[in-house]
Amino acid sequence: MNLQNVLAPFQATGQESCFHDRHINPQIYADLNGKNWGLQDYLARGGYQALRTVLGLNGAAALSQDEVIAMVKESGLRGRGGAGFPTGLKWSFMPRQFFDQKYLVCNSDEGEPGTCKDRDILEFNPHIVIEGMAIAAYAMGISVGYNYIHGEIFQTYERFEAALDEARAAGFLGENIQGSNFSFQLHAAHGFGAYICGEETALLESLEGKKGQPRFKPPFPASYGVYGKPTTINNTETFAAVPWIIRNGGAAYLACGKPNNGGTKIFSVSGDVERPGNYEVPMGTPFPKLLALAGGVRGGRALKAVIPGGSSAPVLPASLMMDITMDYDAIAKAGSMLGSGAVIVMDDTRCMVKSLQRLSAFYMHESCGQCTPCREGTGWLSRMVDRIETGQGRPSDMDLLDSVAENIMGRTICALGDAAAMPVRGMLKHFRAEFEHHITHKTCMVSSYV
Amino acid sequence: MNTITTDDMAELSADTLKRFARETAKYPEDQKQSAVMACLTILQQELGFVSPAHEKAVAHYLDMPLMAVHEVFTFYNMYNVKPVGRFKINVCTNLPCQLRAGQQTLDYLCQKLHVEVGGTTIDGMFTVQPGECMGACADSPVLLVNDTHMCSFMTSDKIDQMLAGLRALGEKP
Repeated sequence: MNLQNVLAPFQATGQESCFHDRHINPQIYADLNGKNWGLQDYLARGGYQALRTVLGLNGAAALSQDEVIAMVKESGLRGRGGAGFPTGLKWSFMPRQFFDQKYLVCNSDEGEPGTCKDRDILEFNPHIVIEGMAIAAYAMGISVGYNYIHGEIFQTYERFEAALDEARAAGFLGENIQGSNFSFQLHAAHGFGAYICGEETALLESLEGKKGQPRFKPPFPASYGVYGKPTTINNTETFAAVPWIIRNGGAAYLACGKPNNGGTKIFSVSGDVERPGNYEVPMGTPFPKLLALAGGVRGGRALKAVIPGGSSAPVLPASLMMDITMDYDAIAKAGSMLGSGAVIVMDDTRCMVKSLQRLSAFYMHESCGQCTPCREGTGWLSRMVDRIETGQGRPSDMDLLDSVAENIMGRTICALGDAAAMPVRGMLKHFRAEFEHHITHKTCMVSSYV
Repeated sequence: MNTITTDDMAELSADTLKRFARETAKYPEDQKQSAVMACLTILQQELGFVSPAHEKAVAHYLDMPLMAVHEVFTFYNMYNVKPVGRFKINVCTNLPCQLRAGQQTLDYLCQKLHVEVGGTTIDGMFTVQPGECMGACADSPVLLVNDTHMCSFMTSDKIDQMLAGLRALGEKP
């Protein structure tokens, strides 16, 4: 007996979160079953054909770097990690003729509360990320890459290492890939429990073997990244989208979604739904449809609120949510953000003060301590929400909460300060009465919190 | 540049050094420091926690200041700065998990093992800690054993079975 044997019965199989039939036209999660993550199965699914096409090994001439970047621009692919920056544009920022080393980094430090999509990609379809990264490396003339993986999913990190070994042995990574003159070395690194390392410059620091404290931007990573060299960083899901774009064309990818919001998106639906899980659906899918895929609100209860893009996104009340489509522009228009695609669903038994209490404690814990407004402000917010929840709130706390949040926003090096402030402001905007009730009556407005 | 004396420095086994070498090989020759997190993780997996003598050994191996190792060691949450039980169990209690009984799962474990949150059982077998988002929100309640094994959908029945299994494993000579 060893630890693996003892714990095997309790480990996720992916059945609930990934291998269900409730995706809509999936590209990244298509045809996965948990056993077919390896190279041979990936090849049987048409894997590495996009890379071969790019390298000119499928009969036609090789694509130029500009052609690859133009395809990605045309596809409307936007960064899947949270910011939604156009991927093709980001790639075009990399200096093309550069005398020194350049780097490619994949951000798999998936720690935004509510998000669990990259884990399933890396665990059940790791080669799609390797292929996407190799194509990106080709397009930007990069010869070395790293995939930085969240420390808590250590077994997924080991799975990715195994996939790297397979890809190297089969000549899809390394020197002269498939006999071409393109070479690309890819390695895996892991974090060890720091939410802040999901921020791209903190991740770079961590990759250099330091504390994960974000850097000032500018300079942006495209000019000063890992070891001070030009670096492009994309999210796991972004890279995973690339092979499909090359195989089917940028226009076809764009047509899967909405204008300016191309392709499919994986939404991690958690909280009060019947079937929490990852759902890969076209961008612009109406929220009620996504909710229905996840089995609706748990126990047939009424929907109260949704955090539509990970815990840093402002909460939206049910009335607004039921009218929006799930894409960058529509959610931004409703006053929140698509973020990482983490949809946290809350039913009518949930106290918003208690929910915010947990989130505020999280941001206080994860603030790296570098900037005063964030280091002190996240603690201040957390203590205030804490006392409101426990019946010690003061009437003046309402304005003070808003003021502290406002004074953090835009005054820190990275976005963690904003991420701590936005949920507070969202809650106050849409659920102010609940906070006031807590302060006045020293008790929750809702009957229970299961 | 390295001024570390080898006094009080732990000796590393050949096997450990081999694992270290595999990590440093990923990085440029002059950037060995990049492997510091991996090296500390390897030691924690082998020894349960990383002692000051082992931190020193890592600093020596990677040719970096001891304080730079210590900064990393104390910055990242999953490193054990104090000895923990044979099995360290972290339960996610962040909002998505809280909505699906994450807190109750943590409470149940503590009650079952007669420990406070963060505490270790008297026999040194289990340490129970809360955790932040582990990136498995659809599987909640989730917990992580010894930083490596994530367990999903942990109802109280499953926790009972898991604890029995771990205890049997821990008591094996």
